[in-house]
Amino acid sequence: MGIEEKLPSGFLLSTVESLAGYFRKGSLWPATFGLACCAIEMMTTGGPRYDLARFGMEVFRASPRQADLMIVAGRVSQKMAPVLRQIYDQMPGPKWVLSMGVCASSGGMFNNYAIVQGVDHVVPVDIYLPGCPPRPEMLIDAILKLHDQIQHTPLGVNAERAAQQREELALAALPTSHLKGLLR
Amino acid sequence: MPKFLDPVAGFGVTFATMFRKVVTEQYPEEKKSTAPRFHGRHVLNRHPDGLEKCIGCELCAWACPADAIYVEGADNTDEQRYSPGERYGRVYQINYLRCIFCALCIEACPTRALTMSNEFELADTSRAKLIYEKKDLLAPLLPGMVAPPHPLVPGTTEDDYYHGRVDRAVPEQGVAVPAGRHRGDREGQR
Repeated sequence: MGIEEKLPSGFLLSTVESLAGYFRKGSLWPATFGLACCAIEMMTTGGPRYDLARFGMEVFRASPRQADLMIVAGRVSQKMAPVLRQIYDQMPGPKWVLSMGVCASSGGMFNNYAIVQGVDHVVPVDIYLPGCPPRPEMLIDAILKLHDQIQHTPLGVNAERAAQQREELALAALPTSHLKGLLR
Repeated sequence: MPKFLDPVAGFGVTFATMFRKVVTEQYPEEKKSTAPRFHGRHVLNRHPDGLEKCIGCELCAWACPADAIYVEGADNTDEQRYSPGERYGRVYQINYLRCIFCALCIEACPTRALTMSNEFELADTSRAKLIYEKKDLLAPLLPGMVAPPHPLVPGTTEDDYYHGRVDRAVPEQGVAVPAGRHRGDREGQR
């Protein structure tokens, strides 16, 4: 992104990494984007009782240009999918996606032609949150797990190394068609 | 009141709110307990001697409106006995990215093998991690229980188990979990 990508690996980079992670997780602004019933729980989470402002997240941005976190709250219909992707594309990086509720995560109980069977078909998801709808505490828990992930995001050469490692693992992984699971 | 004082009266409400009780819950630091019958993560229960209650009948899977449960039963033999009856659940998976926590599976379960806990912190980073296997769902072995597979308490039948007449494991069944080695923390299992 900026100068932090050019830093040599070692003490300086790891310090900048943890600082950047701390700042990023402390000012994570979600996009105002509710699709269904999960959005009601998301609004409650922003309200006084659960108070997302405790984590620096009280401003739900109406413009995706000002948001870093997309909370996909609710079922994504086939018609909504391109809109959702556009909103994601309009968000400036670094950006994260939280798939809230079972419908967004996998289609949930709506296993039919109208609903996208998991929002990860459309955008990369960082954290999945089960529940129908998840209670506000569950959302806060997911957000805190995401914060932890953001805090430990590698930068610069470390990020390249992590990407390389991920690719090697993915190449060595058993293809889905060969997975047998527990079936005999 | 004169009209020009209206804005001041508005601020009066704001000012008075500062002295009212704060309703905010400090969630991760202070966890408020859920309602007693909250629908949280499932638990596969055990009989008092450690045998599993699940008989692999798949009624939970049939009742599930979201097709979140996958069960595969297998036959108990005298050498390998996991549950009192004829069959046990060899494979038991719940996909928490499908489960809507409606508890129809709990209602369907004929042996009360499946119940729900109050645990709800389930968020995870991949779809595969949110498919809970039998080992993740099984209740921990309490002190005095014997880890299956092991035979029934000598002289009892499966009916005694279902009617609650078996209340502890006996030494003939195997080595029991000693007291004090209580693995009550279910989160520690995963």
